[in-house]
Amino acid sequence: MQQIQVHEHCKLKRYIWELPVRWCHWVNALSLVILAATGAFIAHPFSVAHSASDFVMGWVRFIHFTFAYIFTISVVSRIIWAFTGNRYAGWREFFPMRTVKGREKLRDMFRYYLFMTHQVPETVGHNPLAATAYFAVYCIYLAMILTGFAMYALHAPGGAMYRAMGFMYAIFSIPMLHLVHHALPWLLLGFVINHIYSAWLMDIKEHGAEISSMFSGYKFTLKREHED
Amino acid sequence: MDKEQFDGADDLVGRSSEKREYSIGEILRERGVSRRDFLKFCSAMTAALALPAAFSPKLAQALDEVKRVPVVWLEFQDCAGNTEALLRAANPTVAELVLDILSVDYHETIMAAAGHQAEAALEKTFNDYRGKYICVVEGSIPMKDGGVYGCVGGRSYLDRARQICGSAAATIAVGTCAAYGGIPAAVPNPTGAVGVMEAVPGVTVINLPGCPVNADNLTATIVHYLVFGKIPDLDSHGRPLFAYGKRIHDNCERRPHFDAGQYVEKWGDEGHRKGYCLYKMGCKGPATFHNCPSQRYNEKTSWPVGAGHGCAGCSEPNFWDTMSPMYKRLPNVPGFGIEHTADQIGVGLAVGTAAAFAVHGALKALSKDKEPGEETKEG
Ligand code: HEM
Ligand code: HEM
Repeated sequence: MQQIQVHEHCKLKRYIWELPVRWCHWVNALSLVILAATGAFIAHPFSVAHSASDFVMGWVRFIHFTFAYIFTISVVSRIIWAFTGNRYAGWREFFPMRTVKGREKLRDMFRYYLFMTHQVPETVGHNPLAATAYFAVYCIYLAMILTGFAMYALHAPGGAMYRAMGFMYAIFSIPMLHLVHHALPWLLLGFVINHIYSAWLMDIKEHGAEISSMFSGYKFTLKREHED
Repeated sequence: MDKEQFDGADDLVGRSSEKREYSIGEILRERGVSRRDFLKFCSAMTAALALPAAFSPKLAQALDEVKRVPVVWLEFQDCAGNTEALLRAANPTVAELVLDILSVDYHETIMAAAGHQAEAALEKTFNDYRGKYICVVEGSIPMKDGGVYGCVGGRSYLDRARQICGSAAATIAVGTCAAYGGIPAAVPNPTGAVGVMEAVPGVTVINLPGCPVNADNLTATIVHYLVFGKIPDLDSHGRPLFAYGKRIHDNCERRPHFDAGQYVEKWGDEGHRKGYCLYKMGCKGPATFHNCPSQRYNEKTSWPVGAGHGCAGCSEPNFWDTMSPMYKRLPNVPGFGIEHTADQIGVGLAVGTAAAFAVHGALKALSKDKEPGEETKEG
């Protein structure tokens, strides 16, 4: 039987990820890597200094807090964009379970991942399985931000940030804040492994320029607008 | 109660009723405390209250004129450690001053009276100075089963606390047990122990947690009340801001070692001998608010971190449950075995995910999948 080549299909070039989505994605990814690395040092520091006038932990914490602010701004911006951006960026994307069509896509993707079919589903916006995970990831982001700022505000008790975080202190003891902030990055690491693998997998299987789409914004699909 | 009994009680605590009308300055002079010592005490108190040094003369003047306040000291589920902290102060002059400023009418550990006479002394202060006396509470109050787990003079602690704290000008809860239930309230809290604030809601309570209370903070709180006529500003846990307004970690003498990156790795190592930061040894300084680093204990001799042991977090609510394990920085993960710390669970999770996806990826790389739109290709 003859082999049909990819170029025999005419794919459409479609603008999917708007600039804010791409920026937020890479700012988040970069911040997360830096926050995880500096956070790991904060959690398990090793004695590196030669004199008490060194400032190793001081700088590590400074970088952690600087990127904490950058990360927070980026996460909040992306959440706002979920209400103002195009439909691929919209909040509905993250809950494919809500619609019949979404559940269908979810089932197809699930079957593909579990080797139950060889048919690679085409996704124009978010991969429905991934989108479900993104919602969980954003919840973890918010938990990291809240526990992070709750710990951060302890240097100025009674200050505006401390008072704003009052509800956090009512829910968590301070060591528990540390534990939650310490444990959740492991879930994020699990997600990132999964996520990069899936981006790779769908890139090589779907031939829609999955990975480069997160840089350029363009995907290549058979489906036209209003067809997906 | 008849008149005779009241007088008798008065004699037993070593004072006659008229004496109460003397001012504190007069009493101190009568006791032979020099003006110089008095002024020294005033500047120490000004510092403890975190007031500017210029306040010291004003404090001295106000203390000179102010009358003593009657104090009753109630002990509940406690170890008398706070009493000890107060009485065992190394410098007798200051300890005396404390006791002179307080007109302690009832204190189970130190009073000479016993039995009915002791109860009469308490009753008398309660009746004569209603709304004016200060009640100091040491120890937690058991609430379970109607408060049957502790009683004195035939009445439950809860009952006594309701009566005595209810009519006090202010109640000072000294030590973590009186403030938040402390060790008796640790899980599973068999007696339903709570602090005064919870046991007697609605009364004015100043919490001075710590294990034990720092006697200087107690004295300063009372001086504040005497001089300004009101209780000091409190934080959300009812603790005076002058003593609990800053985190131990942020005032710690070992903080430069934290910022530098010099840590004690194990007890007795070189870092420990050199006084490095105890962060990795489970010090709870980053989670605890108290003025230990500046006020210190036992006439400013030392404090736990100064002596080379991490902070146990004793002045925070529920510290026994929330700050444990004492020598680990993070709590154990609830629901997992004691040995499974968050990181072991995390590594397991990450390795598991990576392995699963490696296998998945290998299988997917081998399988001939149909890309979208590729209907004719063979499977
Ligand atoms: C998702 C991104 C983040 C990651 C992966 C991360 C990671 C970590 C880790 C692993 C620790 C050590 C926790 C411990 O063992 O006690 C830590 C500490 C900390 N993080 Fe984050 N963090 C993130 C975001 C933030 C944010 C948004 C803030 C907000 C200000 C923040 C503030 C802090 C603070 C204050 C500490 C404690 C520092 C100390 O105890 O000296 N983090 N972080
Ligand atoms: C720390 C690392 C990373 C994190 C936390 C992360 C997180 C995310 C999140 C939350 C989204 C949803 C985007 C949105 O709608 O805002 C996303 C999408 C995406 N990411 Fe990442 N990402 C990371 C790294 C990467 C890397 C290294 C790649 C490329 C290999 C990549 C490729 C993609 C692609 C292609 C999408 C869109 C795919 C889809 O949703 O179906 N990401 N990522």
